[in-house]
Amino acid sequence: MKKQLYYFTAALAIIFTIAIFANSCNTSRTANTGALDNDAASAVYVAPGEYDEYYGFFSGGFSGQVSVYGLPSGRLLKVIPVFSQDAEKGYGYNEETKPMLNTTFGFIPWDDAHHPELSQTNGETDGRWLFINGNNTPRIARLDLTTFETAEIIEIPNSGGNHSSPFTTENTEYVVAGTRFSVPYPQKDVAIDSYKENFKGMLSFIKVNDEGHMEIAFQVLLPAFDYDLAHSGKGKSHGWTFFTTYNTEEKHTLLEVNASQNDKDFIAAINWKKAEEYIAQGKYKEIPAEHYSNRYDEKSHIATSTLQKTVKVLTPEDCPGLVYFLPTPKSPHGVDVDPSGEYIIGNGKLSADLTVHSFTKMLAAIENKDFETTIASVPVLKYDKVVSGVVTKPGLGPLHTEFDNDGNAYTTFFISSEIVKWKLGTWEVLDRIPAYYSVGHLMIPGGDSKKPDGKYMVALNKITKDRYLPTGPEMNHSAQLYDISGDKMKLLLDFPTIGEPHYAQGILASKITSKSKKFYPLEENEHPHRALGEKDTKVVRDGSEVHIYMTSIRSHFAPDNIEGIKVGDKVFIHLTNLEQDFDVPHGFAIQGARTAELLVMPGQTETMYWEPQREGVVPFYCTDFCSALHQEMQGYIRVSPAGSSTELKWSMGEPDEEL
Amino acid sequence: MKLPRILIFLAGILLISLFIWPMWKITLLAPQYPDGVQMHIYINKIGGKTPGTLQNVNILNHYIGMKKITPESIPELKYMPPIVIFYIITAFIVGIFNKKWMYWAWLISLILVLSIGLYDFYLWEYDYGHSLDPKAPMKFEGASFQPPLIGRKEIINFTAISLPHIGGYFLGLSIMLGMVATYLKSKKIKA
Repeated sequence: MKKQLYYFTAALAIIFTIAIFANSCNTSRTANTGALDNDAASAVYVAPGEYDEYYGFFSGGFSGQVSVYGLPSGRLLKVIPVFSQDAEKGYGYNEETKPMLNTTFGFIPWDDAHHPELSQTNGETDGRWLFINGNNTPRIARLDLTTFETAEIIEIPNSGGNHSSPFTTENTEYVVAGTRFSVPYPQKDVAIDSYKENFKGMLSFIKVNDEGHMEIAFQVLLPAFDYDLAHSGKGKSHGWTFFTTYNTEEKHTLLEVNASQNDKDFIAAINWKKAEEYIAQGKYKEIPAEHYSNRYDEKSHIATSTLQKTVKVLTPEDCPGLVYFLPTPKSPHGVDVDPSGEYIIGNGKLSADLTVHSFTKMLAAIENKDFETTIASVPVLKYDKVVSGVVTKPGLGPLHTEFDNDGNAYTTFFISSEIVKWKLGTWEVLDRIPAYYSVGHLMIPGGDSKKPDGKYMVALNKITKDRYLPTGPEMNHSAQLYDISGDKMKLLLDFPTIGEPHYAQGILASKITSKSKKFYPLEENEHPHRALGEKDTKVVRDGSEVHIYMTSIRSHFAPDNIEGIKVGDKVFIHLTNLEQDFDVPHGFAIQGARTAELLVMPGQTETMYWEPQREGVVPFYCTDFCSALHQEMQGYIRVSPAGSSTELKWSMGEPDEEL
Repeated sequence: MKLPRILIFLAGILLISLFIWPMWKITLLAPQYPDGVQMHIYINKIGGKTPGTLQNVNILNHYIGMKKITPESIPELKYMPPIVIFYIITAFIVGIFNKKWMYWAWLISLILVLSIGLYDFYLWEYDYGHSLDPKAPMKFEGASFQPPLIGRKEIINFTAISLPHIGGYFLGLSIMLGMVATYLKSKKIKA
């Protein structure tokens, strides 16, 4: 009995020990490095002082901005403010850039940025501009890649959720905008359940001229589907743009179920060259559609906001041959056109297969009138007459496809969290590699152009979980860099991104670096409140409005002592940075100003609006450590009571010192 | 023999380059100026590799209280162009009249003027390097801020390199041609 008790105790002890050991094993984290190659570190190592081979422009998603990374190092080079106010740079806070965020709803300090798209010439990225769409309050922005600043934002009317945008044509003739959420057309107060009767989907073509200026050339009125993504044709399919649709069920509630019923939704193929003919023939309706066009002028350093009143609308009824629907399983997300322009890939996100249409077959089907039916005057082409091939069961939840220069395609699978490489034409799966986690878009430099550069691939993920050190409940989204130069994809690098990196674009750095501006020449400054030297500085009162013409140069402001400002004045501080050297911005901040700092580049003028609230003497100073005497770069403004008779005066240096 | 005349004409023509290219350059190198700050001295103006160079040099100099370099305050920039024009014209006169003494006079006086010019340049450098504002934000005990006349010198955190520029090399070439011309002219007479 005693012996039995002894065995029993020993057995318990062993089980207890095993249990503790097993438990500790389960909870210890094993990093998933995806069989990382030993040479991965050297493949992404860019030595100090050396440059990356590529620029990567990443969408900031719900940050509203664009972040610029160097690849392959994954170094963050810059965050460019686009649709959101940026206190760091004063964008959307200073008087000059406030008009950039103007819309018909008034000033909007935020948007949800989605798809960066580089300008193209002959189907190749040319490094002139980057376009990106704002989803929430439909807009498209153009960034100038000589300054890496937002140069223009245009509002898209008759649209709700500008998701299928901007996706340029091969010579940047147009960027496009398609409404993700159909809305009443024209917008009006109607019952939501009158959806089928009152709602419409509008696709917009925005003309881009040689200076990059955008204006809405025409819109195409279509059924109230959700227009999800787009890509324009290239090469043989140049002249066409393809939009995916979901919710062809035209439901307005519980879409996760109701919009997932049809076996096939559509890819809408728009013949925009035909549209140009119809516009020339006057077959459009010019309808009232107020929208703002906001442009930043690099000489005056000021953005102006112009109200446009109308748009030209084309309808399939009046314009036969303008639109065709290509049936595509099931709720396709991305639509991607291969470098030759022949294959149109519909990434049916709820389908087990990947459907590839043939442009040649599409043209033949149109020619032979192989129509299944017609929806709202739009012919629906017969599925088997346009399908070129199907990649069978490559993964779960295909979202997006990009291409290399060897006839391979790379498709992301959100649900199975992987990227699959497959062969165009044979449709065979060649390789697969995990993404961490739940990859959305992917990016290969030039991967949606005629000339992909099949060296690197970036996975832009939706979920981060355990990839980096924990930072509380919210974490930056992750991205992974892969080497795709060989037969097998290889994971090289994992790095966090800003906001949500919906999509990205990559370009050889050499296409941009030589054109990058170092500073703005002072003699080209056309700002109406500029001061091109310290002798031009002054303070001018006009009633309660006071304009201070100030300059900055290492290491002082002129003037740096100002008196005669009164409580309740409306003070405009126009600061011109007199520096003419690379990378010498000066900042400006004044205590109590209810706005962000100014950050003025050499040769630029920016304006801060300030309403002094209290009597006293308030300091101002330079915020960007500019020089050895940066801490001395400061001044005072005396604020006297409203109605006081303090004389307006300003100075810099003692009277015996030379200005 | 025509050669001395051709050479002296060439020597005169080469001097025209002084109106096109800088005579001298002073380059300042420091880690945070990866491209360097390169100041160009012409016979009639002071410029630089970039339009903002002079301003950038003055910004650097003001920390140590060096005088602001303003081309208007340097009278030599007004004297030098007529002197150069004089030597261009006289080179042609020498060639036309082709007298031995003329060759010698042109050459010797030009070398003399050049020597005075270099000494004057040294004096300016000395003045900038030593006449410092007593109210300068930064004072360095015992440090010399005078750039080298020619060659390289460490000036606090900068390396200053002073060398002739394209115009200066053409001036040198012009003098050498003048020397050869004078030598050949003298030899010919003797022979």
